[in-house]
Amino acid sequence: MTTTAPGDTLVSLKAVNKHYGQLHVLKDINLQVRKGEVVVVIGPSGSGKSTLCRAINRLETIESGTISIDGKVLPEEGKELAQLRADVGMVFQSFNLFAHKTILENVTLGPIKVKGVNKATADKDAMALLERVGVGHQAPKLPAQLSGGQQQRVAIARALAMKPKVMLFDEPTSALDPEMINEVLDVMVQLAKEGMTMIVVTHEMGFARKAADRVVFMADGQIVEDATPEEFFTNPRSSRAKDFLSKLLTH
Amino acid sequence: MDVIIENLPLYWEGFLRTLFLSAVSGIIALVLGTLLAAARVSPVAALRGFSTVYVEVLRNTPLTIAFFFAAIVLPRIGVRFEQFEVAAIIALSTYTAAFIAEAVRSGVNSVPVGQAEAARSIGMKFGQVLSLIILPQALRTVIPPLINILIALVKNSSVAGAFFVLELFGYGRQLANANGDAVIAVLLGTAFFYLLLTVPLGILASTVERKVAIAR
Repeated sequence: MTTTAPGDTLVSLKAVNKHYGQLHVLKDINLQVRKGEVVVVIGPSGSGKSTLCRAINRLETIESGTISIDGKVLPEEGKELAQLRADVGMVFQSFNLFAHKTILENVTLGPIKVKGVNKATADKDAMALLERVGVGHQAPKLPAQLSGGQQQRVAIARALAMKPKVMLFDEPTSALDPEMINEVLDVMVQLAKEGMTMIVVTHEMGFARKAADRVVFMADGQIVEDATPEEFFTNPRSSRAKDFLSKLLTH
Repeated sequence: MDVIIENLPLYWEGFLRTLFLSAVSGIIALVLGTLLAAARVSPVAALRGFSTVYVEVLRNTPLTIAFFFAAIVLPRIGVRFEQFEVAAIIALSTYTAAFIAEAVRSGVNSVPVGQAEAARSIGMKFGQVLSLIILPQALRTVIPPLINILIALVKNSSVAGAFFVLELFGYGRQLANANGDAVIAVLLGTAFFYLLLTVPLGILASTVERKVAIAR
């Protein structure tokens, strides 16, 4: 499907800048993510990590710099951008399942309408994905009838149904009750093991330790550290990271 | 009361004309209004501008002006029609479309922005996001206000009676002129036939509202 070999750069951000009014939310961001890599982005609130994640499929526009996916620079709004987005799976903090569609339809809509897959094939693939994330028996229900953890797993299945090259997770467990966080993280860990390229914005340090190849620490719109989880958690170099980690560990 | 019973065929004829005027204008207005609302939220600035100006002008001027335009100005600039009824339909549907556009737009705004973001992120184009995700949800929330607009349309169609279109109000006026001694009965009869259209619409509004409500 893709010409990229494992180890090649899949997502590339070069000198990316963005402002919200006076606030410089992304400052000269450079980040390369290789195929098959799991990169966890952590940092305090307001550090720009969600904006970074959303910029990668242009839900947020940037003012300067380039973002490219699999060698292609993100196009302007339009048909080409839509095509590129189809290759980039996105999972949101608030799930954003289509409220008027059943669970099954949520997963099949993209393949049918965007990729032109026939309904029978799309249904079969969608059921397999729903089984894989453990919500197969919920297929005929509407999103509001499911728990948050179940909805988020459906959202992951919906993104996977497009057979994306890379998956973006924007704080996927932040809106969940504590007892539901693990069921979502388990699915994500499984996905990481299977070799999916993932960029995960999260506060779940356990997930970062367990599944990440790299941890990117952001503060005030900048990437302050970019290290392996082992390095980052045991021996952070910057004072910002030390400060951030010490606040986490005191509780 | 006799005057109503004696003239039932005439009332019935007027009732059917009003029903026809309202139904045709209503359908055109629903389509035009939805397109205007889509233009209003589109990424194309020119479409947004056109839609805004259209809605503000039509919504903030009296219906009679729309009728004068359709019945008198349009023929002067070369748009001719056989019957005044066509002018009435043009006036009613263009006028009502402005209100429908506003209602649909408020419905679009009521759909959480995350729905559109999720749709875009699986690769849908603007038209698909709008037609598959946003409008189906928006229309459910705007059905009650839309039916209110249609009720107003049924009543507004009486203005056509003043422009030589014989509908319910037109016939009512004829009857009132012919039966000077029973004007009150004639008018009550006319009002009754309007209620025959508008009350069921109101009941429909509340039924549909309960049926299509979506849980979030």
